[in-house]
Amino acid sequence: MNNRGPLLIAFVCGMLMMAESFLDYSWLNSFAEWVQKYYIIIAAFAIVLGVASLFKLHLAKLKRKEDGWRYSLVVFFGFFAMIITGFFMNDGGLVGTKHPWNAWLYNNVQLPLGATMFSLLAFFIASAAYRAFRARSLEATLLLVAACLVMLGQVPILTGGIFDNLPEIKQWILDIPNMASKRAIMIGVGLGMMSTALKIIFGIEKTYLGGSEE
Amino acid sequence: MIFNFLNLMFQIQVKEGTGPVFFVLVLFVAALFFFLDKARKGATFKIRKIAGLDAVNEAIGRATEMGKSILYTTGLETASHIATIASLTILSRVAKRAARYGTRLQVPSFDPIVMSLSQEIVRESYLEEGMVDSFKGDDIFYLTQEQFAYTAAVEGVLVREKPATVFLMGYFYAESLLLAETGNSIGAIQIAGTDAVTQLPFFIVSCDYTLIGEELYAASAYLSEDSNIISSLKAQDFGKALLWIFLLLGSIATFAGSTKFLSLLGASI
Repeated sequence: MNNRGPLLIAFVCGMLMMAESFLDYSWLNSFAEWVQKYYIIIAAFAIVLGVASLFKLHLAKLKRKEDGWRYSLVVFFGFFAMIITGFFMNDGGLVGTKHPWNAWLYNNVQLPLGATMFSLLAFFIASAAYRAFRARSLEATLLLVAACLVMLGQVPILTGGIFDNLPEIKQWILDIPNMASKRAIMIGVGLGMMSTALKIIFGIEKTYLGGSEE
Repeated sequence: MIFNFLNLMFQIQVKEGTGPVFFVLVLFVAALFFFLDKARKGATFKIRKIAGLDAVNEAIGRATEMGKSILYTTGLETASHIATIASLTILSRVAKRAARYGTRLQVPSFDPIVMSLSQEIVRESYLEEGMVDSFKGDDIFYLTQEQFAYTAAVEGVLVREKPATVFLMGYFYAESLLLAETGNSIGAIQIAGTDAVTQLPFFIVSCDYTLIGEELYAASAYLSEDSNIISSLKAQDFGKALLWIFLLLGSIATFAGSTKFLSLLGASI
């Protein structure tokens, strides 16, 4: 596949955006704004592709009566309910979500469903913590001890006696060893980002275009 | 000097505080081209083993042997996020191997642009392996841009399809543990990679292998086994050495009571 065109676009746009990060020049600033606006326009068009993909998938499930085809009906019901109440039942035109039915669906269906998923996290954290905090090795034991100290320091039920220093110990663990590790990872991430961006700008990495040099 | 020249010639002002970053960037680009040149002249680079990436082939092979699918998610960010781009480059490598072994690859997407990119990348990978007839565009599908609706949908796919291998590569938020624990509960071999520091502990606990931070960005080079791309990892190592020297000098200067070095870098205590 001839990738020269896309590679050239990536190079020119990448270099200009990089220059915009360092230089205050009206033309460059306008270019950066233009690129960002263009991204929003492309994203809006891409939504059509996304919705088409979703519809195609669920229509196929309905046609073939695959396992769980009834859930596809829920998808269509939810999609059209929000579209109709959001777009076509507004007093002030086509755009907006002012209709009470739309607000009702959002507040009483969408939000609670999201909150339900989020609240599951508490149970998953418990099961994950059980696996993580088994003292099978020195590292796991250190993790267990540190976690216990931080948890007890966070909820200082044992303070007021011999454990008065627990909040300070917790803060020391968070501020010194924990922060040092986090910063080390963040420095690596920063360099990795820079390296990946430069590889793409200079055309060293081409796999994101589909083809590769393997 | 360059900045003064630009100012005089084109009335271009340099943004305040960007000088030190520009200096490091120039050094980094120089190192990148230095190592790239060495690679083109035939030099080979030794890189440390990354267990998570060595396990990619094993994980795909496992799915093939079990006759089950592979599920790959690129995270919850858009195509403009660098972690998503890194994830897409890994997807290309994974898709190629999946095509080679004839294993089904499913990619549920959070963003429609990422979905389009993923479709194109996977299709090209199948094409390169001469398996374009096996490519199913419907296996790379869009779900939603609602965080927990996406999570619920991916969990549904995990529970119904029971893929043998799950890749969680990209940027994740609170859904990381929900996805990883569900994958764990169905007995899938899971390889995760993210630069979201707050989500790393969740992946480490629930997944078989986790690419921590920069390993996500190194993955594509590691899997390519192409010395030209691997040379970029050496530039990263150079960048790390450079930062290490700056940190050391900064620490010594600060202990000695001097703030000149820090002000030169535009930093303060």
